[in-house]
Amino acid sequence: MNKKQKKMLIRIIIAAALMIALHFAYDFFGEHRTEEGEIINEWAIREPVWFILYMIPYLVVGYDILRKAFKGILNRQVFDENFLMVVATVGAIAVALVEQNGDYTEAIAVMLFYQTGELFQSYAVGKSRRNISALMDIRPDHANIEQDGELVQVDPDEVEIGTVVTVKPGEKIPIDGIITEGRTTLNTSALTGESLPREAGEGDEVISGCINMTGVIKLRTTKEFGESTVSKILELVENSSSRKSKSEDFISRFAKYYTPAVCGCALALAILPPLFLMIFGKGMFWGQWIYRALTFLVISCPCALVISIPLTFFAGIGGAGNAGILVKGSNYLEALSKTGIVAFDKTGTMTKGVFEVKGVHHSSIDNAKLLEYTAHAECMSSHPIAKSIIKTYQEGVIWKTDPDTGIAVPVPSTDKKMYRGEHRIMKDRVGSVEEIGGNGIVAIVDGREIVAGNRKLMDMKGIEAMVCHYVGTVVHVAVDGEYAGHILISDVNKPTAREAVAALKKAGVRRSVMLTGDSEKVAESVAAELGIDEVKSELLPEDKVKAVEELLADKKPKEILAFVGDGINDAPVLSRADIGIAMGALGSDAAIEAADIVLMDDDPAKIAKAIRISRKCMTIVYENIYFAIGIKLLCLILGAFGIANMWMAIFADVGVMVLAVINAIRALFVKKV
Amino acid sequence: MKKSYKIDVDCANCANKMEDAAKKTAGVKDCSVSFMSLKMNVEFEEGADVDAVMKEVLKNCKKVEDDCEIFL
Repeated sequence: MNKKQKKMLIRIIIAAALMIALHFAYDFFGEHRTEEGEIINEWAIREPVWFILYMIPYLVVGYDILRKAFKGILNRQVFDENFLMVVATVGAIAVALVEQNGDYTEAIAVMLFYQTGELFQSYAVGKSRRNISALMDIRPDHANIEQDGELVQVDPDEVEIGTVVTVKPGEKIPIDGIITEGRTTLNTSALTGESLPREAGEGDEVISGCINMTGVIKLRTTKEFGESTVSKILELVENSSSRKSKSEDFISRFAKYYTPAVCGCALALAILPPLFLMIFGKGMFWGQWIYRALTFLVISCPCALVISIPLTFFAGIGGAGNAGILVKGSNYLEALSKTGIVAFDKTGTMTKGVFEVKGVHHSSIDNAKLLEYTAHAECMSSHPIAKSIIKTYQEGVIWKTDPDTGIAVPVPSTDKKMYRGEHRIMKDRVGSVEEIGGNGIVAIVDGREIVAGNRKLMDMKGIEAMVCHYVGTVVHVAVDGEYAGHILISDVNKPTAREAVAALKKAGVRRSVMLTGDSEKVAESVAAELGIDEVKSELLPEDKVKAVEELLADKKPKEILAFVGDGINDAPVLSRADIGIAMGALGSDAAIEAADIVLMDDDPAKIAKAIRISRKCMTIVYENIYFAIGIKLLCLILGAFGIANMWMAIFADVGVMVLAVINAIRALFVKKV
Repeated sequence: MKKSYKIDVDCANCANKMEDAAKKTAGVKDCSVSFMSLKMNVEFEEGADVDAVMKEVLKNCKKVEDDCEIFL
């Protein structure tokens, strides 16, 4: 509790103690009358004294409300909750004065409960604010840089690009950079929600905000602090609640009309029925109706709604952030719950985006030899396919024949010696290399002519190539003009991709569509493997925007279309879809800019999780709206008929608010969602 | 130009009022107040004198909500 809250608590305790003491004192020393109205106990303390005594706790607990209400009127801000409380309590005191029943307790109690509610609310909000900022506590405090042979701690903001920064175990990496010295294990959980630590060594790019767990590392910074991942994320998180959801807008508009409306009703309730009764000659009941009108006012405070709805979104966004899902605003969290169509990008989103050698087919020479020749022929190339062949060769795989298909499949070898010795690319074995643009390579390896490339290249060289029936990229290889077989290379599906699609369906996604630039055959096979409903293949980046527009035109009203991409080349699609989700976007500024939701690691299962979090959040929001408005309406009706007294009214106000706030905080817990 | 300020305010409704008051201030193009993160993001009109505008914003906010604070 902060100072303000402690002061409030003390005021509440003093006022409550005084009120209870006075209540009992009144029983003993108050005026007791007979039924005819004669005072029995002549020695009793008389009326004005009680009034003054009761005013002490009232002012102790409520002076600031009185002051605010008065200032509000001066500044023409009449209808706020301070005003409501003042009218209600002053009214109750006036009724007690007129009826001479000495019942001032009610007015004090109303004020007391109102202040207790406010105190609770400010405590709960402060607490959840701290909780959420603790979840996102990734801001590094300092950077260690070497100055005159000594390590000095400086503000990360002052570190220039290219500076060498030392990070000790237990410290956060302050700025994005590349490791120049040392090996370590990094804890990325604060950034990605991924609990498995990551290994990093020399030459690896590391992002700021990770915690260095084991070894001392030195890194050369590649960005300024302000441009680093950690700053980008913090900026995004801190500004997230400024984009308001429709529900929040609804509530603030609701509150704007609601309070004056209720005040009007209360006024009508105080004046019209007694006037009516008077006209029909049934006598006057002013006191009773004014009391009912005041009860009305106490019930009417919109606090429960005004506080709990934004708090729910805030907690939901905080909880999602902790799970590695950054939501840029409450509006997106709200929209996400209505997702009916999800469109995916293929490469990098549902697949790893790295090529792997899947097998060697129809080889006329030894599989290992074929790979060795091809790897050497391709050793100068930086093409991803060439790289995957070289990598497989260097890893020293063993070829095993699949008994079902008869294809040789590479299995990683466990023999570490192979990697260092035999399976090294020796450039002196390679003679001339000629790249045939986009088709392949012709190279001399060990004095033999190796032709490696696509079908076109084989046709050009007049070599008859075997057709491959499998899906993927095929590299045909010929040795000395003789066809020697082909290597099948394909992208690998992410391990969680299949589950992710199933989880999305379970979460209520009606239609899943894959958009890809890849060939139809590859796209169809990936979609079938993952259980995706529809495929649109061979799309250029601009076609993807068109495809999304078609889907948008085709969706049901109120349904939301989400597009999930890896942020490379699909920024326009991310911004065109109702909700753009960028995945594995750490370090990619363009994606963070364009997307509405950023998944910090590249696990597609997080998409469904994000939808489930938003559903939970919206359930809580609706629960609170219905619950608060329902209870209030009920109490308003009961109050109008004189069934609900002011004590019930206090529950309708403060009790509902406390319950709504507690319910709202549930949105923070998303681990098991 | 956009700038972000730390604020202090007691209730959510008061934060909404501050937002309205700030939006109506001359020189402010747009403004959003987040009660949860206690931040005010202000977008200024082209060529506005930021310091002077913010003083005016604070004054207007004080009018609608007496114990709010903007840390300029």
